[in-house]
Amino acid sequence: MSEIVRSGLLQRALLEVVMLGATCGALGVWLLHVRSAYAAESLAHAMLPGLVVAALVGAPLLLGAAGGVLVAAVLIALAGRDTRVGAEVAVGVTVTTAFGLGAVLALAPDVPARLGELLFGDLLGTSTSDLVAAGALGCLVAFALAAGHRALAVAVFDPVAAPSLGVRPEQAQLALLALLAVAVVAAVQGLGNLLVLALIVAPAAAGIRLGASLRAQILLAAALGALAGVLGLVASAELDVAAGAAVALAAIALYVLAALLRPAAPRAAGGRRSPVEALGG
Amino acid sequence: MTAAIEVTDLSAGYGYGAVALSDVSFSATAGQAVAVLGPNGGGKTTLFRALLGELTATTGSIHVDGRPAYVPQTERSRLDFPVGALGVALMGAYPRTPWYRRIAGRDRALARAALERVGLGDRAGTRFGALSGGQRQRVLIARALVQDAGVLLLDEPFAGVDRTSEEAIMRILDELRAEGRVLLIATHDVEQARRWDRVLCLAGGQVAYGAPAETLTNAVLEGTYGEEIVMLDCGHRAVAIQHHSHSHAH
Repeated sequence: MSEIVRSGLLQRALLEVVMLGATCGALGVWLLHVRSAYAAESLAHAMLPGLVVAALVGAPLLLGAAGGVLVAAVLIALAGRDTRVGAEVAVGVTVTTAFGLGAVLALAPDVPARLGELLFGDLLGTSTSDLVAAGALGCLVAFALAAGHRALAVAVFDPVAAPSLGVRPEQAQLALLALLAVAVVAAVQGLGNLLVLALIVAPAAAGIRLGASLRAQILLAAALGALAGVLGLVASAELDVAAGAAVALAAIALYVLAALLRPAAPRAAGGRRSPVEALGG
Repeated sequence: MTAAIEVTDLSAGYGYGAVALSDVSFSATAGQAVAVLGPNGGGKTTLFRALLGELTATTGSIHVDGRPAYVPQTERSRLDFPVGALGVALMGAYPRTPWYRRIAGRDRALARAALERVGLGDRAGTRFGALSGGQRQRVLIARALVQDAGVLLLDEPFAGVDRTSEEAIMRILDELRAEGRVLLIATHDVEQARRWDRVLCLAGGQVAYGAPAETLTNAVLEGTYGEEIVMLDCGHRAVAIQHHSHSHAH
């Protein structure tokens, strides 16, 4: 433990993961309430080519991630215009294409062997500039969520009546996806393209289980996200396992604990839900 | 409060040239309640969306005093969302609260008073999804009261509502009329439509508009409901019975 606190490497990693955990947790509550866990996963995976290209040319990963997310968003929007296939198929096709392209690029013989780092993150490699960037992006997301809290609540709770309350539900949904893109870009350096989803979905699902009010759910999810980060890093140092993976597993463990504490009430009415939605409790 | 609504030759639709509603002309003045009668897909929702400014009119014009308040059917809202009855009523104050301000104390008092007025003062802390259908409908009306709009659009306010709630809602709607507000009440229940000052019959376009006694004739009802209607003559009054082959919950 004391070794963790003393090492500058771990101090930076700890600060980074606490910021990311809190931001992703809070944002995740909204994403689960609008049933957008699939979009979160897709966006995170689809930016792999951007990351690989950044690694190839030696540009900052943050830049690659931002470019990758942008291209993926445009492709998803274009594919979604084909009404014969529907949005989910459009997302699925875009994401697998992008992920496949990223893997091909990354596994080419003259590319530095960094695929593992891109997929699973490198928390312990957090530099001071990474920390500043993640902090700024995290603050941006937190501020936007606080400022848009009431508009988002109306848009999610009652999309039909929202326009009469001065809120455009489609705009609120788009804003959430934009914030998701920002959060994923901020988190990808530390947690990687595959594991970032754990910090977005698991603490949020636990917060939704445990919190009675929306505010409580968001605060709980932020706290649990930060806690998962700390627990994961400590476990990774003590047990000598990969840091990003340990953080993801800690987040899932916290969700399982919350689910045991508060089993989901039987659903009163309505249709079937996907397993991802069921996570939300 | 005096409010008015005037619609002239309105047509509106959902893009790709599809017109869901055409040739609608009517006006209502302060204190009038208008039943908007028609089958599913007849254009009731389209009319409301046009009045809310969500759909632009392809032809014709709309004049509404102020932004209307909309009271949706309760199953259209998310019942698993973590918000209490008071929280929902407070949403009525959102349009006049800038994002950087807390909700004003005056608005909080207003929301509590609105819940009292619909008879749910003791349920302020109850989660919206845990209330009965009728209670939820009353909470949404309380939200419209907090909004303090001159024009209220109510979508099937009596559908799936228990007796107590129905009486409470009737009482509130009468009070709102007395205050000089304009009410538009979508319904597919002809008996319900007879209770109000005016009836607007819609079946893709306007079939008729006027006082219920003159408007709700067999010919108009047939024009409104087409082959879906079964006419029963009970004491010279037509009663429309609709086939419930498709759900209206979409």
